[in-house]
Amino acid sequence: MIPFRRPLSALLLALVASAALADASLLNASYDVARDVFKDYNPLFQKYWKQKTGENLELKQSHGGSSKQVRAVADGLEADVVTMNQANDIEFLAEKGLVAKDWAKKFPNNASPYTSAMLFIVRKGNPKALKDWGDLAAPGIQVIVPHPKNTGNGRNTYLSAWAWALKQPGGNDKTAQAFVGKLLKNAPLFAAGGRDATTTFMQRQMGDVLVTFESEAELIAREFGKGGFEVIYPSLTLQTEFPVAIVDKVVDKKGTRHQAQAYLDYLWSKEGQENAAQNYLRPRDAALLKKYGEQFPAVKTFTVDEVFGGASKAFATHFKDGGSFDQIYVQK
Amino acid sequence: MATKTHRVLPGFGLALGYTLVYLSLLILLPLGGMVLKASELGFGQIMDIALSERSLAAFRVTFGASLLAATVNAFFGLVVAWILVRYPFPGKRFVDALVDLPFALPTAVAGITLSTLYAGNGWLGSYLEPLGIKIAYTPSGIVVALIFITLPFVVRTLQPVIEDIESDVEEAAASLGASRWQTFSRVIFPAIAPALLTGFAMAFSRAVGEYGSVIFIAGNLPLISEITPLLIISKLEQYDVLGATALAVVMLAISFLLLLGINFLQWWAANRYKNEEPLEAAASRAVGGQP
Repeated sequence: MIPFRRPLSALLLALVASAALADASLLNASYDVARDVFKDYNPLFQKYWKQKTGENLELKQSHGGSSKQVRAVADGLEADVVTMNQANDIEFLAEKGLVAKDWAKKFPNNASPYTSAMLFIVRKGNPKALKDWGDLAAPGIQVIVPHPKNTGNGRNTYLSAWAWALKQPGGNDKTAQAFVGKLLKNAPLFAAGGRDATTTFMQRQMGDVLVTFESEAELIAREFGKGGFEVIYPSLTLQTEFPVAIVDKVVDKKGTRHQAQAYLDYLWSKEGQENAAQNYLRPRDAALLKKYGEQFPAVKTFTVDEVFGGASKAFATHFKDGGSFDQIYVQK
Repeated sequence: MATKTHRVLPGFGLALGYTLVYLSLLILLPLGGMVLKASELGFGQIMDIALSERSLAAFRVTFGASLLAATVNAFFGLVVAWILVRYPFPGKRFVDALVDLPFALPTAVAGITLSTLYAGNGWLGSYLEPLGIKIAYTPSGIVVALIFITLPFVVRTLQPVIEDIESDVEEAAASLGASRWQTFSRVIFPAIAPALLTGFAMAFSRAVGEYGSVIFIAGNLPLISEITPLLIISKLEQYDVLGATALAVVMLAISFLLLLGINFLQWWAANRYKNEEPLEAAASRAVGGQP
């Protein structure tokens, strides 16, 4: 027993000391695959903050499914800031009164410091000649997507296909729904999440096309090598946003508003934008976007606000129980 | 004359109180909270949620696959338990330890591993698919995952019971002229039936609630391979906590009724065989003799 006591108290002391060394701490609740972005971003900001104020800021991350994360924040997880991949998740916090109602106006660019786009990954040489959304709904094509109702990635795919169908000659909600229905009938399964879909397509070699984020395509190249697949940009696709917000209730209680504001502001700085670009997220900074032009080819995009009148509305129309997705499967 | 029976653990009152508090905190409180939350919706609304086409399909898939998996395990689990108790063979301890692994493995790992094996280009799937048998991303995949997850329940409940049946009983039956089948069906099976039912019930209930492993192999297509826990998650994605709770309560009610039925069967089996007929008598009856 006794020999253990000394290292134990040393450990405790170290813990207390490290907590004391940090002058303040911020908790960032974020979605699953944002790990890499913030792993690189946090040291950048700490260095900047130390230089600017002399304060040692401790930065903690919490990652999980986007909706699960905001539910945790609503239930009392003391996150100072939330950095998400779906606006309706932050809307939920706004409804609960944890985040300002006009959170999207508190930062530039709809409070989204960088964006991504939905694209296709096809087998090497594109054997089925898949060029645009229309080709994905053709008979005999297998499309790999995550669950369109339960995952953000799947919802973005669904909305992209819907918007494309709307923009076709004579397109309306009815034809769009029929088109998306046809496309989804080509899905042999709905993957449990974005990464599961990637594994199914790349490792299990199922399907002719995988629909995913541009940023995910680069990770696939890193993991599986560039040789096995090709990236196809459709004629029109969804620009996905990554909204951020300060959790008012928490920062007011902890007295960390000042730091939280700076933490999120810095995402728009040159360093923050460059970090995003290096993680294959499209920076808002036009000059940087040009500098990294090779990895971000020009693509015609739309936002959810433009076509669907906002994330919450899009969610309610399409993904709530009885919404357009359910109607495709259950005719009443 | 007031007699006080001596018991190993002191204080019946204390122990009972402890039991009640413990069970209340661990089981009744969360479940009660759940039912209370669901009761914010009226009975009609709960039924609307439970009887929607997708919910009904999901209930069918969930309970059907669970019953099937528990049945398969009742049979093969019995074989495994029997082999492990009755026969010495090299590596027996190793095999015995293997049985517990599904308990220890994170369920998501199990699901991903199984879907990799049974996918069209997997070790097993690549042989099955040319035969027209698709496992991964079909309802069969759900059954496979559930069989894997629930195997230990049947084996581990049966092992001690089989150990209790001494081989003398079998020898007695044999010496009285019982055939192998008679010995099994009239002597051994009645003795292990209650434990087999317990194992079956545990395997079944575990299977009904399983999410992590199933989700990666099921395919999750609406009306075809969606399980009820997935619908619950889907409701939570919509921040519809009430709807999710309602589904959970209905699921719990169905499970409870089924388990009650199984318990009743068990009680019936135990009464029929255990009390009225000691093993020796059964052995004798097996060959038509008088006890």
